[in-house]
Amino acid sequence: MLRFIVRRLLQLIPTLGGLSILLFVWLQRLPGGPEYALLPDDATPEQRAMLRRSLGLDEPLMVQYLAFLRRIAQGDLGTSLQTSRPVLDEFFLRFPATFELGVTAILIAVIIGLPLGYLAARRRGTILDFAAVGGSLLGICTPVFFLAFILKVVFAEGMGWFPSAFRLSPGLTRTDITGFVVLDGVMTREWDVVWDALAHLALPGLALASIPLAVITRMTRASVLEVMEEDYVRTANAKGLHRTTVRTRHVLRNALLPVVTAVGLLTGSLFAGAVLTESVFAFPGIGSFVYIATQERDYPVLTGFILLIATMYVFINLLVDISYSLLDPRVRAQ
Amino acid sequence: MFTKSSRKPLGLVAVAASLTLVATACAESDRGSGDGEQPFVFGAAGDITSLDPFLTNDGETYRYSRQVFETLLDHESGGSEIVGGLAETWDQSEDGTVWTFNLRDNVTFHDGDEFNAEVVCANFDRWNNLTGAYQSSNLSYYWQSIFGGFAEPDEDYSTGESRYVSCDAEDELTAVIEISEYSSIFPGGFSLAAFGIMSPTTLETMEGQEVTGEEGNLSLPDFAQSAGSLAGTGPFTVEEWNQDQAEVTLNRYDDYWGDPAGFETMILRSIPDETARRQALEAGDIQGYDLVAPADVAPLEDAGFQVPTRDVFNVLYMAYQQESHEALAEMEVREALSHAVDRQRIVDTILPEGGEVATQFHPDTLDGWSEDVRTFDYDPDKAREMLADAGYEDGFDVEFCYPTEVTRPYMPAPKDIFDVITEDLQEVGVTVEATPYEWSVYSGQVDSGNCPMYLLGWTGDYNDAYNFIGTWFSTHNDAWGMDEEELFDKMTEVSTNPDEEERVAGYQELNEMVMDALPGLPISSSPPSIAFSPDVEPPNVSPLTQENFGEASWK
Repeated sequence: MLRFIVRRLLQLIPTLGGLSILLFVWLQRLPGGPEYALLPDDATPEQRAMLRRSLGLDEPLMVQYLAFLRRIAQGDLGTSLQTSRPVLDEFFLRFPATFELGVTAILIAVIIGLPLGYLAARRRGTILDFAAVGGSLLGICTPVFFLAFILKVVFAEGMGWFPSAFRLSPGLTRTDITGFVVLDGVMTREWDVVWDALAHLALPGLALASIPLAVITRMTRASVLEVMEEDYVRTANAKGLHRTTVRTRHVLRNALLPVVTAVGLLTGSLFAGAVLTESVFAFPGIGSFVYIATQERDYPVLTGFILLIATMYVFINLLVDISYSLLDPRVRAQ
Repeated sequence: MFTKSSRKPLGLVAVAASLTLVATACAESDRGSGDGEQPFVFGAAGDITSLDPFLTNDGETYRYSRQVFETLLDHESGGSEIVGGLAETWDQSEDGTVWTFNLRDNVTFHDGDEFNAEVVCANFDRWNNLTGAYQSSNLSYYWQSIFGGFAEPDEDYSTGESRYVSCDAEDELTAVIEISEYSSIFPGGFSLAAFGIMSPTTLETMEGQEVTGEEGNLSLPDFAQSAGSLAGTGPFTVEEWNQDQAEVTLNRYDDYWGDPAGFETMILRSIPDETARRQALEAGDIQGYDLVAPADVAPLEDAGFQVPTRDVFNVLYMAYQQESHEALAEMEVREALSHAVDRQRIVDTILPEGGEVATQFHPDTLDGWSEDVRTFDYDPDKAREMLADAGYEDGFDVEFCYPTEVTRPYMPAPKDIFDVITEDLQEVGVTVEATPYEWSVYSGQVDSGNCPMYLLGWTGDYNDAYNFIGTWFSTHNDAWGMDEEELFDKMTEVSTNPDEEERVAGYQELNEMVMDALPGLPISSSPPSIAFSPDVEPPNVSPLTQENFGEASWK
């Protein structure tokens, strides 16, 4: 297992190296530049040229790239051009918000999707099955930003049940320990903060959960249907094992393998969905910051954030691979 | 089928989920139901970039800093006339190089320090003597634009020599600032938010704190990043800049020299998306926001919100880049195109109420506006005739650039405006090749002369015609591709004339010369709107978008 983990971690080096090259080429090809986003409309061409020079953007691409690698080797991802704060600080300032949002979305997707997929498979051909399949198809087809918009119109503006924006109500004081609002609220027993944070997570979490929920429901359904036809399930039933034992130990456990893979992959794709969801809900996380950084041509933030997200993505998938061994003894044996 | 035991976990999950949703919804129902002491929350288009306004050129930062720091001169509440700020009155020498400011008495800083002439001079001297990365145009843009440069220019950053000579405290309440040469950017330059006066204690704190890092990797000093170090004289103090929530909290300054602020607490929260800002207001999460889309004005008003409209202080124009297209180099063609566009239709159908057709390159609220400029009525028949006379009876193809994903106060819906113009041009036989660019790319394409025709404009920083026409027509540049040496020389002559009366007459003449040269067609001036919830008494809205929120209160 240790060798496996070390091997996977070593794979990070070529992955991130290749990604950094792609990023640099992409940024070079990107029209416009920060000198237009950072200076007012009436700035003279000389002022823009001077800023470009002072930002080091007039250097050849290779020189910029090598300087970037040198900084990375020293653990320095550069400084945001918009805020003049270190990129690493910006990332970890916003990471807790996106993490909480991502966990909310995955929890909603798993808590609803797994039982729903299982029930749809068990009651194949019933109205519940049709509803689950049709609903999940709708979930996959509906653009996240559109769903987010509808949720806001109905539940925030219309019914007033949930806030339409932000991570916490303005002016709410809280004790900051870890940056994770819900966790800090529980640790300090500031329940008003916890509820307020959950209220702010509800609608963006639901919007972000739409695609994972649909995928998990469909995969669970398909996987359970497939496993239920397996010989070992028939054998287990024939042996007279209790139905619950057959369903949990033999059907559900085996059916979960592909679902766990999907959850791992979907967790990575949540970052993409977060860009839109966070923008719609003015949720101050990584996604909304990347959205602004793209508009402002904040190169250090774009490169730094994408490399950090890629690293996290590799780690999440490593965790998924490790979790296989807990679910499937055959993987452990290998 | 499910057995009893297997239903249990699902049931528990369902109950837990329902309880969480109900609880969070209940928690939410308590939100914002406070009394008059609840904070006033304003939805800003972005987070601030620095607590020190000197180190930025960002409009959202200035919205915050104008509540906290005051400048020597200001603009009248709800207008564009320059009036006293921290200086009650001011005077200029005949040659316009010596400016005497008679300061307000009994003004104190938020940290208890007293305001006087020495503090004013200490602030200006500090700015002029900044070194190293402080001289990056990204960090000291307005100092360099108004005062030219620094005492010791750093060749890595600075673009020129300083025209600031000295500041003397003649007595406790008289500060005399000398500049090396007059420019019409004065006295307007003294009203810019970047030059907010800070307390002596603040200046001591700033001493020795540098912008750190290498080129392209600069970090602001602590005083610009954490609240607590900076003290101004404005109606609000800075309580906190919560960067992870993109939120700035301001508290009322009880010892303010003027009328105390109506709100005890004001919070500026970043909501970059325009639709999200409107929805947050409708949902009661904020009580005000700026840059209201024209299409949202009527629905918001119908729903009971207040949407005051500012006086116009901007201009939108359609440019003819004369070096990138041979037809546009011909005056007759430019005249024909100017007759082809129905600007009134743009004003009537796209701009908010109060918009008006522009006849020259700055709004009529500025001194120097001329009634005698050449005008171009909408007359497609005449346009066709003129094109035929110029040898383009079959029209011609032309690339026309417009920006996407952006609204500007002068250009609320670029694509819609572009569509109307395209339709009009095609009506007279000109085939338009649409070239949309994302905003951050757009300026670069225009500045490089890559757009034969394009839409652009400007919202004034201060009340002087040079801030508009001087920006565009002082010298040859690729954005216009225009060579009018006589016009450029006249611009220099007028803008350096310290006699106000002569200068205004000069601007009138310049406006006529510009419209004779016809580098583009002024389209419109558009009044930007700002929205407030019904329970707010809004501040006087400013044509320069410089509202003083100290004037606002709960109803």
